[in-house]
Amino acid sequence: MPLAGDGNLKVISAFFLIPRQADLDETFSVLPRMSYAQPFLDKPQRTDVLLMSPWLAPIMWEGTFNRDILNTQYRQKNLVVGVATFAVKKYVRFIEGFLRSVNIFFLSGHRVNFYLFTDHPEKVPSMKLAPEKRLFIIPVESYSRWQDISMNRMDIISSYIRNRWRYEVDYLYSMDIDVQLFEHIGVEIIDTLVGTISSWQYTKPRENNSYERRPESRAAIPRGEGDFYYAASFYGGSVSEVYKLTTACFKGVTEDRANGIEAKWHEESHLNKYLLYHKPTRLLSPEYYWDDELIRPPIIKVKRLSSVRKNLKEVRS
Amino acid sequence: MQKAQGKTEGVKGYFRKRHVHVICCITMLCFIFGYVWNTSNGTWLDTPIQICNTMRNNTQDLDDFTKIKLLSNHICLLEDSLQIELPRMIYTKPQTLKPPRTDVLMMTPWFAPIVWEGTYNSEILNEQFRQRNVTIGLTVFAIKKYVVFLQKFLETAETYFMVGYRVNYYIFTDRPEAVPKVALKEGRNIVVLQVQNYARWQEISMRRMEMISYFSQQQFINEVSYLVCVDADMRFNDQVGVEILSNLFGTLHPGFYASERQSFTYERRPASQAYVPHDEGDFYYMGSFFGGTVKEVYKLTKKCHEAIMMDKAKGIEAIWHEESHLNKYFLYHKPTKILSPEYMWDNNMGSPAILKKRRFLAVPKNHAAIRNK
Repeated sequence: MPLAGDGNLKVISAFFLIPRQADLDETFSVLPRMSYAQPFLDKPQRTDVLLMSPWLAPIMWEGTFNRDILNTQYRQKNLVVGVATFAVKKYVRFIEGFLRSVNIFFLSGHRVNFYLFTDHPEKVPSMKLAPEKRLFIIPVESYSRWQDISMNRMDIISSYIRNRWRYEVDYLYSMDIDVQLFEHIGVEIIDTLVGTISSWQYTKPRENNSYERRPESRAAIPRGEGDFYYAASFYGGSVSEVYKLTTACFKGVTEDRANGIEAKWHEESHLNKYLLYHKPTRLLSPEYYWDDELIRPPIIKVKRLSSVRKNLKEVRS
Repeated sequence: MQKAQGKTEGVKGYFRKRHVHVICCITMLCFIFGYVWNTSNGTWLDTPIQICNTMRNNTQDLDDFTKIKLLSNHICLLEDSLQIELPRMIYTKPQTLKPPRTDVLMMTPWFAPIVWEGTYNSEILNEQFRQRNVTIGLTVFAIKKYVVFLQKFLETAETYFMVGYRVNYYIFTDRPEAVPKVALKEGRNIVVLQVQNYARWQEISMRRMEMISYFSQQQFINEVSYLVCVDADMRFNDQVGVEILSNLFGTLHPGFYASERQSFTYERRPASQAYVPHDEGDFYYMGSFFGGTVKEVYKLTKKCHEAIMMDKAKGIEAIWHEESHLNKYFLYHKPTKILSPEYMWDNNMGSPAILKKRRFLAVPKNHAAIRNK
């Protein structure tokens, strides 16, 4: 596997390869005959939850979509999806559970490259993955503060897109490692810029959302603004959009550091600022990142991805 | 060949010194190029929209949409819609547990939004579209007596259609002198396209597909970002704005929005290209209001025209003419947005509760009189 920061590789790859062309932005070539229940105009699939944002971005909830149609449309495009995840220091213990569950439930049947950044590559268990799934283990240094580890992910993702991933994948998602999947997550997540609504805050009015409020920080969102509170544990989109997002967020982090301030929820605060002024084209409901400490209400019909229970103090030390 | 002094190690006598120098220079240039490309800090990702537009405008003699796509994708690797940063805006927060409407379907099973009043925020959408600097083309056919509808059509379009945006009204007519002079707001133009008429009104109706596809390729691709194709015997009655714009959109027929798929008036004879079997069908779309990006409208109209010609060769005419072919197309090429019956209504059909607005209305006419010479 090519190692991070291999200078020679950078030059050669830039010269000979051209970036992949993600073109999900057009309609697909002709679909085959398919059999499914008719949608009715006066019978909404769900009335208990918001299905679309005010800027007409669909919100993914169980019961609102037909995965067969989506899969058929998706397969015609011959796309590859990348997933970036970080397992540093004690977080290596989550690798096995993560890989086992994504192998079964994440974009099952579709090509996915998992890019696992770790400071202990020797601790990655060897595992047989499904034929369309590939795992790339990338050694990375760790930092003493867990907040820094968390925030620097943005920088690493941004530079990897620029140097490598734009040649390898069309869509790129960032996922926390300390999660497991319990239900299928499929091509319904694939869109230009995708954010996940936080399971902690989806019921709160905007004054109570945990945005960064101090104007000195680059992540500040003034009172009276804000659509949703997005979780930094799962976001993604096309490589160019994720590049712009991560570059902008890390720039905010760096400028804050220079001013001696750290945003309330670290890179998640910067992510929320970015997604407020660059509206996502698709949103994932809290089904797509459920914090295990919360009791699941009936409107969350399915828990697709959930954080793994852990002692935060212990695992971050 | 003489073995000259100074030959490079490893190429003993196979190349002259001069050749070796040339090869080395070329290799050096390649590496320098690669290095510069790579360290230009991701500027490929910052390529502005202007380059995309220039590429499109310069391909005047294009006859292949694939060519444009390959060229523009290679240079502009950004989706146009997201090169924008919104300014600060104040509006009511969307609530995850309180949908604005629970009486209607908001979205198709393939995530195409269905546009209803109350479900979108015009301010946000306007901000997104204005930054993209779009021009919209509105095509309308006024053949023979249908020129009489143009005055009202254009006047109401000026009041309600894409207000504040650059609009080209493409008026297809066999009587250019009969096109009325209507006062237009800034940034809006009338473009008269002279076309032939046909004896039968059904033929006139179906040939629109051919004409739109031809002009899309020849002209519209260089002038507008989106095309909206509508009937002339209509008037605008309420806002029809950028909430309708998408890659490919269709409008629900007001007579069938509550019907079962078996009773949709699809073409049911297998001999026709427009045939749809009884167990298939999402919606019944109206032939008088569809649109999308120029490329998608080109693909749709080209396909429909080819299908109409194939039917003609077999001596068959689909039951609802080009509308049947349009419905077949939308079944197997799902639209990315659907307009609710708010966007296509006839006052004779009453006022159901789900219809909060009536934006585009049929103008009463005497069918027999207007369709004959």
